[in-house]
Amino acid sequence: MAKNAIKATNLGKRYAIGSSLNSYRTLRETLSSAFSQAGRQAEPDNDLPDHIWALKDVSFEVEKGAVLGIIGRNGAGKSTLLKVLSRVTEPTEGSVAIHGRVGSLLEVGTGFHPELTGRENIFLNGAILGMKRREIERKFDEIVAFAEVEKFIDTPVKRFSSGMYLRLAFAVAAHLEPEILVVDEVLAVGDAEFQRKCLGKMSDVAKQGRTVLFVSHNMSAILRLTEETLVIDRGNLLLRAPTAEAVDYYLSRGLNQEGARFWQPDEIDPKNPFRPISIKINDASGAMNTTIRSSQPFTIELEYEVVKPIKGLRVGIYLLTSHGEFVFTSFDTDDPKKFSKYALREPGLYRSTVTIPENILNGGRFVLGMNASAYRIKTYFHDEQALAFNVDPSGAPGTQWPESRLGPIRPAFSWEIKKRKNGKKQR
Amino acid sequence: MENRAEERLSLIKPSRGWAALNLRDLWTYRELIFFMTWRDLKVRYKQTFLGASWAILQPFLTMVVFSIFFGSLAQVPSDGVPYPIFSYTALIPWTLFSKALQDASRSLVNNSHMITKVYFPRMILPLSSVLAGVVDFLIAFLVLIGMMFYFKLFPTGYIWTLPLFLLLALVTAVGVGLWLSALNVLFRDINYVLPFLTQFWMYMTPIAYPSSMIPEQWRALYALNPMTGVVEGFRWALLGTGQPPGVMTAVSSVVALVLLVTGMFYFRRMERLFADMV
Repeated sequence: MAKNAIKATNLGKRYAIGSSLNSYRTLRETLSSAFSQAGRQAEPDNDLPDHIWALKDVSFEVEKGAVLGIIGRNGAGKSTLLKVLSRVTEPTEGSVAIHGRVGSLLEVGTGFHPELTGRENIFLNGAILGMKRREIERKFDEIVAFAEVEKFIDTPVKRFSSGMYLRLAFAVAAHLEPEILVVDEVLAVGDAEFQRKCLGKMSDVAKQGRTVLFVSHNMSAILRLTEETLVIDRGNLLLRAPTAEAVDYYLSRGLNQEGARFWQPDEIDPKNPFRPISIKINDASGAMNTTIRSSQPFTIELEYEVVKPIKGLRVGIYLLTSHGEFVFTSFDTDDPKKFSKYALREPGLYRSTVTIPENILNGGRFVLGMNASAYRIKTYFHDEQALAFNVDPSGAPGTQWPESRLGPIRPAFSWEIKKRKNGKKQR
Repeated sequence: MENRAEERLSLIKPSRGWAALNLRDLWTYRELIFFMTWRDLKVRYKQTFLGASWAILQPFLTMVVFSIFFGSLAQVPSDGVPYPIFSYTALIPWTLFSKALQDASRSLVNNSHMITKVYFPRMILPLSSVLAGVVDFLIAFLVLIGMMFYFKLFPTGYIWTLPLFLLLALVTAVGVGLWLSALNVLFRDINYVLPFLTQFWMYMTPIAYPSSMIPEQWRALYALNPMTGVVEGFRWALLGTGQPPGVMTAVSSVVALVLLVTGMFYFRRMERLFADMV
């Protein structure tokens, strides 16, 4: 029996870009290519401007039973790679040899129908994922218990809360028993307790000697679950290294850079005297980033234009957890001295910057919102979900224990420990 | 042990030209065909107010309209049986067929979220939407039995051949459905073409009129339409009218098989584009 579960050789995937209409072909073209092999053999030029290589020349091997992480910023080609591996889409060039059944968790709940009950959806979704009916029957109770939806199992899933829905969807997929499990960012699902269960389930899968490919933006999950990690950028495989090294490379090279939100002029009412331009997150080195470290300070930069003079304007941020709970709110004129200095904001381009010190946020995903208002007069601009970013807890207080800490903040306190009395000597 | 057996080597690589049908894969996923068919039915009957009665209303009301305009007013001959039952016998396989085309042609586009996320043999989608129509067919068939009692007509001894004609209708529907569903991913025009196609096709099929009205020299050409074979077969087996199956039925069956096989190959050829284009 072969040692490798997956062997990818010079894998490449090219997509047509531009409006999707361009990718529909004319009837004439299709007919001619359907009836003449020649039209197909003459492969178009690789450097056509309307094509993009989502994957290019990617080769790697995965041993049986290995847990391999895949990291890269959005659009780097991670999802394309997983889609090729799970046979959703064909590669344009290269090949992959796969030993065993591939189960993919590309998106949980595929094929769930809102009108059907939880029970019905378990069977349907299981069948879509490639399970046999007997296999589903055997695991049915386990799936329901894992999802914690026993009471609602005969209710149409359209009446489920979004948390219940996702838990059920993940539970079905997690009970698939493929030789190779492909997981794409499912850990954003549910509350902390459920996430812990999901991670536990994944490491069980790995312990059973199955092969796991795991894509995530959650560096601590990657660090905890995987031994080796691939770093992908712009369709190229940049590095394959032990996970700690790969994560370090990824974070330090700023490959996850995209920590900015720009507002287009047409998103804003032209009569609004306040015009937001951008919100950016810069890491400690000053580079724009979507992942910052808990143990280092970072800055948030707001750029905006004041078109007409505004009295009493305050521009600020909201910080929310990914579950939508507010962590804090802060305005650029919170300081009374600043407020009196900028009592009237004259027209012009502005930049308000704030530095968030180290050891404030716990690891996880956070959302930044923006607000521009004058107290009790008017809200000029309000966006509670302008930008999402990740906090990597490595190096934060208490990380000698590889557990996730509860709560959105993780301050560094100085504890004092004093021995008040000597205990009795044990004999 | 089951898992062991499935631990096989698969090679993923770009395919060129015509692809193998890969019926083995379809067999592995046979339960999914059942589940998708069941889902289509369940959802349809849950979401519509009249539920299963649509399966009866559609052919029945068409029969009423045909009986008034073609049967009574235009005096179209009906091979010696009452016109309502003459047209209804043809309308139930026809409704199955036209509904199958409609559902199959949309099946890929409607399930795009599944196609872009999970692998399964895509042929399952048009296939199960055709099969879902069989349940409607059976419900409508119950009404036919009732009508036969009412008109005091008894089926011929050849009623056992009926499933064969049903099979012929299904083969034709799957064949055309595969073509249309794959084409619909590439050209959404199919949605607009389909109503015309079904309408023309209906006039080319002896539903409102008997095929005996067709001049002898055109019969062979006429039989190229597999639905002619189906409708003639239904009438022959149930009502005893028309000719027993012969050359015409054979021609119809061959055409149906050609449609099915070419449809499958065309579908398989286009399958690789679905996830990127749907």
